[in-house]
Amino acid sequence: MLIYAIKFILIACVIVSLIITVVLYTYSERKVIGFMQDRIGPNRVGPKGILQPIADVLKLLLKEIIRPSHANTYLFIMAPILALVPSLAAWAAMPIGHNLAIANINVGLLYIFAMTSLGVYGIIIAGWASNSRYALLGAMRSAAQIVSYEIPMGFALLGVIMAAQSLDLSVIVAKQNGGFVHWYAWPLFPLFVIYWICATAETNRAPFDVAEGESEIVAGFHVEYSGIPFAIFFLTEYINMILVSFLAVIMFLGGWHAPFLFLAWIPGIFWLFAKAIFMMFLFLWFRATFPRYRYDQIMRLCWKIFIPLTLLWIIVEAVAIQFGLQPWFGI
Amino acid sequence: MKKKFWQTFMLWELLKGLKITGKHLFATKVTLQYPEEQAPKSVRYRGLHALRRYPNGEERCIACKLCEAVCPALAITIDSAVREDGTRRTTKYEIDLFKCIYCGFCEEACPVDSIVETGITDFHFENRGEQILGKQQLLAIGDKYEAQIAAARAEDAKYR
Repeated sequence: MLIYAIKFILIACVIVSLIITVVLYTYSERKVIGFMQDRIGPNRVGPKGILQPIADVLKLLLKEIIRPSHANTYLFIMAPILALVPSLAAWAAMPIGHNLAIANINVGLLYIFAMTSLGVYGIIIAGWASNSRYALLGAMRSAAQIVSYEIPMGFALLGVIMAAQSLDLSVIVAKQNGGFVHWYAWPLFPLFVIYWICATAETNRAPFDVAEGESEIVAGFHVEYSGIPFAIFFLTEYINMILVSFLAVIMFLGGWHAPFLFLAWIPGIFWLFAKAIFMMFLFLWFRATFPRYRYDQIMRLCWKIFIPLTLLWIIVEAVAIQFGLQPWFGI
Repeated sequence: MKKKFWQTFMLWELLKGLKITGKHLFATKVTLQYPEEQAPKSVRYRGLHALRRYPNGEERCIACKLCEAVCPALAITIDSAVREDGTRRTTKYEIDLFKCIYCGFCEEACPVDSIVETGITDFHFENRGEQILGKQQLLAIGDKYEAQIAAARAEDAKYR
């Protein structure tokens, strides 16, 4: 009984801290993009505008939930829930220290990968249930994009699994012990870059946000959503961004290990969070820099470049593992 | 061709783009927080109109109608009559601010510096017809901002 109570408290802690992180993340997104565009960003609500996201949340919570006529009400309401639940569930296996996860399973990577893939159903159902052609187009694009980018992302993860000989996230991190030269980002650098680009595409972020493409299809799959359901879609997107940032850190950047051995006295959680925050910052940096890809270019990039490239690098890596390339693939 | 391929392959131009936005992240921001901070305005700025008075309280306007004649937008309408003391004064002095193009010709034409354009830009109307300012309204604006108007004219006088 007690173990369930502890798990329940842990789950509540994770969800609350995720929501707080999302709130701060939206604020810093507006600030960072504003600064990059030579603007100041929100600065009216609270000191330096820090309360702006709170005001936005309040606005969204108080707004009416508009239900389009002839929309499938059941699916329309279910869609945001179906999007949110997998993205929260994925956090169950996310360790923040050695074996420090809510559910410490030995196929954590597979589980998280499965959960992030499930999120696309929320988007497809949202587009279908809205009874709007813009939403349907956005959902269609999003589905094709996410399903396509799953493949090179899976191959990139496969590279990590080959290197660590394990699906356990704690073991993957443990194998990268000992300074930044031991991180998998170096031998698997092409996979790291491809993973990160795929992660941007998977989370529907700029420059791969054709699913929302304001200029052609208004707002894509969530065009008919308002109020709380819209807030949930928003929350899901940001939780997914945070999730893939943490995953990138754990798989390629040594997780909670310090970059230099003489800095190892600082607790691992600090390094994990610092690296993840840097990766999260990259999302904002990309959004401020790159214009949106054309839809066919997105597909071309995935199928004609990323998939052959990841396969090629997996072969290179297999050779490197066979010959025990130091310091990463010791026998 | 080969070089271009490798440049694309290494995401060279994307990195260049990231470098530019990265630089702008730390650039000095020049945003003006408008209601609190305002950009400096020239003393010759042509904003809302006002009718001025002499220091003894007598209105300056002598109803010569030069401003009405010079106004390219026909925004000014003046009626005049002889006052009890025998001087000619306006009985109606109206400016339609929707017609006005804020060219400042009325101020230039005025022989007694009566009609002026102040530096005021933030004014609004809530109902139809309120954009036509009458004599009393224009005089009231002049009374309220006389110090400002006089200071601006004094500063500009040496260049005229």
